[in-house]
Amino acid sequence: MKKLFVLLALLLLITSQAQARLVIEITEGVEGALPIAVVPFKWSGDPARPPSQGIGRIVAADLRRSGYFKLLAENQMLARPATMADVDFRDWRALKQENLVIGNIEPNGPGGYKVRFQLFDVYQESQLIGYSFTTTEKDLRAIAHHIADLIYETLTGTKGAFATRIAYVVSEGTLNAPKISLRIADSDGYNAQTIVSSIEPLMSPAWSPDGRKLAYVSFENGRPSIWIQEVFTGKREKITSFKGINGAPAWSPDGRYLAMALSKDGNPDIYIMDLARKKLRRLVRHWAIETEPSWSPDGRKLLFTSDRGGSPQIYQVLVTGGNVQRLTFENKYNARASYAPDGKSITLITRIGGQYRIGVMDLETGSITVLTDGKLDESPSFAPNGSMIIYATRHGGKGVLAAVSTDGRVKQRLALQSGDVRDPVWSPYYK
Amino acid sequence: MKTLRILLLPLVLGMLVLSGCSSTGTKDGAEGGAGSGMAGEGGTSTSAAGGGGSWTGSPLDNPDSLLYEKVVYFDFDTAEIRPEYVDTLRAHAEYLVNTPSARVVIEGHCDERGSREYNIALGERRANSVKRFLEAEGVSPVQIDTVSYGEERPVDPGHNEAAWAKNRRAELVYQ
Repeated sequence: MKKLFVLLALLLLITSQAQARLVIEITEGVEGALPIAVVPFKWSGDPARPPSQGIGRIVAADLRRSGYFKLLAENQMLARPATMADVDFRDWRALKQENLVIGNIEPNGPGGYKVRFQLFDVYQESQLIGYSFTTTEKDLRAIAHHIADLIYETLTGTKGAFATRIAYVVSEGTLNAPKISLRIADSDGYNAQTIVSSIEPLMSPAWSPDGRKLAYVSFENGRPSIWIQEVFTGKREKITSFKGINGAPAWSPDGRYLAMALSKDGNPDIYIMDLARKKLRRLVRHWAIETEPSWSPDGRKLLFTSDRGGSPQIYQVLVTGGNVQRLTFENKYNARASYAPDGKSITLITRIGGQYRIGVMDLETGSITVLTDGKLDESPSFAPNGSMIIYATRHGGKGVLAAVSTDGRVKQRLALQSGDVRDPVWSPYYK
Repeated sequence: MKTLRILLLPLVLGMLVLSGCSSTGTKDGAEGGAGSGMAGEGGTSTSAAGGGGSWTGSPLDNPDSLLYEKVVYFDFDTAEIRPEYVDTLRAHAEYLVNTPSARVVIEGHCDERGSREYNIALGERRANSVKRFLEAEGVSPVQIDTVSYGEERPVDPGHNEAAWAKNRRAELVYQ
């Protein structure tokens, strides 16, 4: 009976959460990924009052999503150890697992928890890392993402990006009475919060390099203007509201400048604003459309979209305004490009056989690899470690977010319960 | 029929100018016009207007006037005005020239394909294309304003060619 009650309580918890979050569905499997077992963390407090979040499962979901790991299904585990003394490495070798993660959660004062985890090399029978954290209910998911980051970095040598966030736009309501909101959520789609809502369009969120501010375009009062809003306080400031287009804001890597598209002088060109002095400088001037600026990680170059050659293509320009160079030649429509964190490749929207898809272009070879297979995929944005790209796509008749590993091996959807979701952008690491 | 309309138009416009535009359509009139249009039946105001220039509201709300048409549609990824909209836009130009107090905002829109910010730029190009047409017909630039909503405000929520064709448009919104 007691067991049944716990189960019911859990079910209630799951359903009540389902309404507020994104659901992650892995849409493609992985070949050649590293086999790892993450044992559900043991709860050593009152069995009737477990913590709200299954930490081990969050860690497992993060690792699986990255594409680098193949997670052992829980029902295939021969044992569920919570301490090293309980681990029989032969069990895990028999299951062909290379790595094993175990953990434990115990109460730590009112509303507090102590979370401990260890990562083992199954063949060496040795611990690779082990940490213990104290935390509270509301930060349990954050701790789980942090643990996933530590495991990811230990096993791949690359910093993890699970403890980061995404910003995106949701459209609800009807055509005549739309409800548009700008939201931020954890990188797995949970903990979504609305930071701006409007009956007019909201577009093009862009994170400041410290992850503390968002620039975005709002059509409040019927005209586009660029705003900068502090994520944690909600305080905001209107940056531009010139005649015509005020669009496509993009922060310089040092956070001192905001590149943007303005059409105040006739047609859309790229401008750079010195944010401290509010001074504008026109970077690119041309009679064609110039929009969607995006800075190189070293801050010395910018990408932009221009149709000066007859169709939208990606160009690169020095931050001084010189040396404009066309980068894309492969398909007839290429737009919305941004650099990978290492600056060696760019992601973009590319049109193939009438379908708009997300591609990655190697800057050395100039060849575009198409990563997605939708018809209307858009708004690609790299994770801060370059391992994945989040983008907007359509599924089941509505706009959803999806992420694809940069090598194209793993795709997942982050499907909201209601509304049309679009314009995602991945946060940097918090500083 | 179309030629008849064009012939009648200056007449109707002239009458309105003469009457001092004292009867620029009331809100009720505007809504009535829209309502009867949607119902697909000749509503009372609609048939009265059809009767030969006895329309008392603004010609902008007269279903028999070319001015009633306030949307022009575009082909994919272009801002070129299709020949079938030239008459409509000329009628609007004439109205604006004859009504110097009239102000119009031209809204540019796109279908959902491709990049959102590029579509904002494309929508502006469409709005400007209509603006330039009106200016070439003699309309004062101070009467015209433009705004682009890109793909953010579709009229048809569908995801097919028929919906896209309806969404690639410029709307003349009189203030």
